[in-house]
Amino acid sequence: MKAELNEQALLKGLAENDSKAVEALYKSHFSMIQHFVTNNNGSFDDARDIFQEAMIALYEKVQLEHFTLSCQIKTYLFSICKNLWLKRLQQMGKYSTPLSAQEESISVEEDLDQFEKKDAAFAIMDRALNSLGEPCKSLLEGYYLNKKGMQELASQFGYTNADNAKNQKYKCLMRLKKLFFAQYNIGE
Amino acid sequence: MDDIQLQETIERYLTGDMSVEERTQFEAIRKATPEIDQMVIEHAMFLREMDIYVNRKNFSKLNKQVFNQLLDAGTWAPEAEQSTSSRVIQLWSKYKKVTAIAASVGGFIALFTSAMMLFFFPSINGNQILELSKAVEKIEQNQKVQGHLLNEVKTKVPENAKLVSGGSGFLIDTKGFVITNAHVLKGEGAIVVNSLGQEFKATIVYSDKNSDLALLKIEDEDYKQAKALPFTIRKKSSDLGEDIFTLGFPRNDNDIVYGKGYLSAQTGFNGDSNTYQIQISANPGYSGAPVFNEKNELIGIMSSRQKLAEGVAFAIKSDKLFDLVETLEENELTKDLNVKLNKQKVKGSKNRKAQINSFKNYIYSVRAFN
Repeated sequence: MKAELNEQALLKGLAENDSKAVEALYKSHFSMIQHFVTNNNGSFDDARDIFQEAMIALYEKVQLEHFTLSCQIKTYLFSICKNLWLKRLQQMGKYSTPLSAQEESISVEEDLDQFEKKDAAFAIMDRALNSLGEPCKSLLEGYYLNKKGMQELASQFGYTNADNAKNQKYKCLMRLKKLFFAQYNIGE
Repeated sequence: MDDIQLQETIERYLTGDMSVEERTQFEAIRKATPEIDQMVIEHAMFLREMDIYVNRKNFSKLNKQVFNQLLDAGTWAPEAEQSTSSRVIQLWSKYKKVTAIAASVGGFIALFTSAMMLFFFPSINGNQILELSKAVEKIEQNQKVQGHLLNEVKTKVPENAKLVSGGSGFLIDTKGFVITNAHVLKGEGAIVVNSLGQEFKATIVYSDKNSDLALLKIEDEDYKQAKALPFTIRKKSSDLGEDIFTLGFPRNDNDIVYGKGYLSAQTGFNGDSNTYQIQISANPGYSGAPVFNEKNELIGIMSSRQKLAEGVAFAIKSDKLFDLVETLEENELTKDLNVKLNKQKVKGSKNRKAQINSFKNYIYSVRAFN
């Protein structure tokens, strides 16, 4: 019972970007992934990359409104990592023998599909933002990423007033949307 | 209403930034105008993606931060388990019986330059980077004995073996240890050829695809241990703008080629901190070639170039060689090799021609075969 409560608290903390929760997850589960990856043709850095991706997958899962985790966090993270690492090995053409693993794992295909879709959208947004050029990139990042107000952005970018900054922001936004939707598949 | 105003109105509507009255008005317009309705849907989708983007970006930062803090605090030992990932290969034994083949003076191995293929890193960066190794598609062993044989040349490539790839390499320890790129060694065995065209048998003792470094040991009775290295291996990082040069074997006729450039960035492709970006014309075959500065210091190892930007190449930082030696020392199978890196300052000439003259004897062409 206590363990269950703990897991719920951890997931709640993770959803709220609480660094303590993130730290606790690393402390209790990273060694397992390090062991798994390094025993299956990978390096410490590979284990780090895979685990960080799995953390993002879990993070995005707990952001969902009606999210449920049908297993322990440990099992979930391991299953995601195992699948991601398998894919990576196949891409590198290294995968020949079945992976050795002692941990139990569950089927996470649906979650991975979701994760990959988000991954693709993330990459498109990133590329679109980076190909905008300045001042558009910094202006939009200031507004959406760093949540700065129009007044603050106006003084930062040297616009005479917030309205001018707003105008510029919308011009930039329209360009960004054009770039984004040129690659983003709405049908999905 | 112009486009900008409309865009702003839609965003205010979607972010709940409207008064009840304005909202009712806008909803009426939306109902009546399919185009505006479509724009609202599209913008909602965009904002949702932006939200996911922003969340992930912020979380990734936290994610990495926490990891690095824990790593610095010594929570995990990365090196302890890593040794299993680096392959130690001893394959030469398979080829101990080298059959001598008499062949013509000009070298019986015809390397078909036209068949040179360029390899791309398969998954990591798509087609943006080219490795600099030579791919040899076809080798013909010309066994015609010509009437006028001046020298009888024996190949050290085992009979029936096929050359599969090639590049450059250089001595880091005069006991016969040669560094090259892991991607140069696509085959099972290798030979090295010096600038005079002499071949030496070599064993692949270490190869790590992650760092793209490999270590060969020359094991050949013809090999005479050279004098001390005429260059130091630099442990600290090098400065931006530093003049650099390289010596390697990008051509198939085994002529050593000199190239000159400068260090253009402290990080390599996609911010990779294990490599430098350098400005130099890099041809296939330069893979594994040493990169020197003016002070007789080895600062890097050529590894790849960017596909679209001519002249932009990447070199693995020389401090990775110290990591490599450490890995060797920690491994049961390789700790007895006793590889030593030269850290003593070398007071050689700073004249480029003199430098090239003394360095070139320590640089080899590397050929891997199956």
